[in-house]
Amino acid sequence: MPSAAVPGERFDVSPIGLVTRDWAWGDADGSGVRVCLLDSGVDASHPLVGGVDAAMGVIAGEDGDPIVVPADPVDEAGHGTACASLIRLVAPRVSLTSVRVLANGKNGTGAALLSGLDWAISEGFDIINMSLSTTHDKFRDRLRELADRAYFRRCVIVASAHNMPVQSYPWPFASVISVASHDGTDPMTYFYNPAPPVEFYARGVRVRVAWTGGRETLSTGNSFATPHMTAISALILSKHPMLTPFQLKSVLYLAAENVATPVGGLHADS
Amino acid sequence: MPTVNPPDLTQSRLLQSIVEVARSFYGAAAASVFLVDDQTGDLVFEAVAGKGESSLHGARFPAGTGIAGWTVMCGQPLLIDDVSDNPQFSRDAAESTGYVPQSIMAAPLFHEGDCVGVLEVLDRDSQPRCDLGDLDALGLLATETAAALALLVRLRSLESEFGGDNSAAGMPLLRRVAERLPTASAQVSATVTKLLAMADELLADGGASAGAVGA
Repeated sequence: MPSAAVPGERFDVSPIGLVTRDWAWGDADGSGVRVCLLDSGVDASHPLVGGVDAAMGVIAGEDGDPIVVPADPVDEAGHGTACASLIRLVAPRVSLTSVRVLANGKNGTGAALLSGLDWAISEGFDIINMSLSTTHDKFRDRLRELADRAYFRRCVIVASAHNMPVQSYPWPFASVISVASHDGTDPMTYFYNPAPPVEFYARGVRVRVAWTGGRETLSTGNSFATPHMTAISALILSKHPMLTPFQLKSVLYLAAENVATPVGGLHADS
Repeated sequence: MPTVNPPDLTQSRLLQSIVEVARSFYGAAAASVFLVDDQTGDLVFEAVAGKGESSLHGARFPAGTGIAGWTVMCGQPLLIDDVSDNPQFSRDAAESTGYVPQSIMAAPLFHEGDCVGVLEVLDRDSQPRCDLGDLDALGLLATETAAALALLVRLRSLESEFGGDNSAAGMPLLRRVAERLPTASAQVSATVTKLLAMADELLADGGASAGAVGA
């Protein structure tokens, strides 16, 4: 955590020089970065996942309020396992923790989502992957508070943008990194979007992912673009661990395909 | 929220027309709408066009089943391309629907913040396609479907309030008057009774006049 509380006080920083992709993540493997995956759980035994460091789940406590407790590293639905396999593909040495907030195949309750997110922020994860959102307005303000709290605790939330004309959260918040899909095939290629609220486009079309029963499948959707951005962020943080979310987002911007590689003197449209 | 049991005739027609549009638009082997059962979370086939059209209506699948289950969970449109390569899925699909698709595209139906169903398209035709464009279009169609379902729910609510009969649109007013009349003062009661008698005479005259005009 930064220690400066008054102007001029010195604190630890990861200096940002000329940002190239090699500077940003060259030779990085995600070591030392703790990633939390809020989803349907993760099948830790899947070969493409390669294990998890911890598995948690949100259940109803004695008073009925949701609480986070240790859970088996399983995933009946497969959505979280698919996302985990993509994080592992790009950033193989990250520490991965699964928090199951989507229960029994039904729409996860917003309360479970809030509880899981609150727990993950308090646990000090470097990155939280949310390939999900809630469409309930009543959770918006609390989610925004949590997203802001994460932002100032050096906890980066990477969230799937919704590609339907519905209001959903937390992806439109300025304090999170929001992700939609491009149809390229390189897992390390991503684009900055100059027309927010979607900020980045990452690989999300016909992506080979882990599936239930130890199988694999080809999947398309923003759900699968988000883990790519999570993993690229993990690579950057493993090389530059003192970056704040604000600085990380700046590095992501500077190293984006359409920003780092100008076309004809102009930056390419995404 | 849309209900899955018993299906309303208008809702059935609406959903059937939507899945037929979806199937035609994508040149698909099949298109279907599932609704989520409030009580069990089961996914229930409410409309099917193409493969399974004659047999799947009303069929149920446990919560979290297949791609539709994923879609309900994460609330995002999804496209899975090689499902038939998964033996478990193929076996389950063949046993339950009699058809094993190669690709499945699905988008959620939202109602007041809840995912209440899924619009699904199986095996689009072989024309060159943009996967993201197809997925976005399905999301738009799902949004329209959900809006139409919400409108139906409101219509049902209005029909229920007015007894489903426009000619009885004044019934709630008459019921309120009937409920309050016994507790009114003698003077107010006499006035209201007189007004009702006048209304009765007026309606009787109006009916006669209308009959005369019509004749």
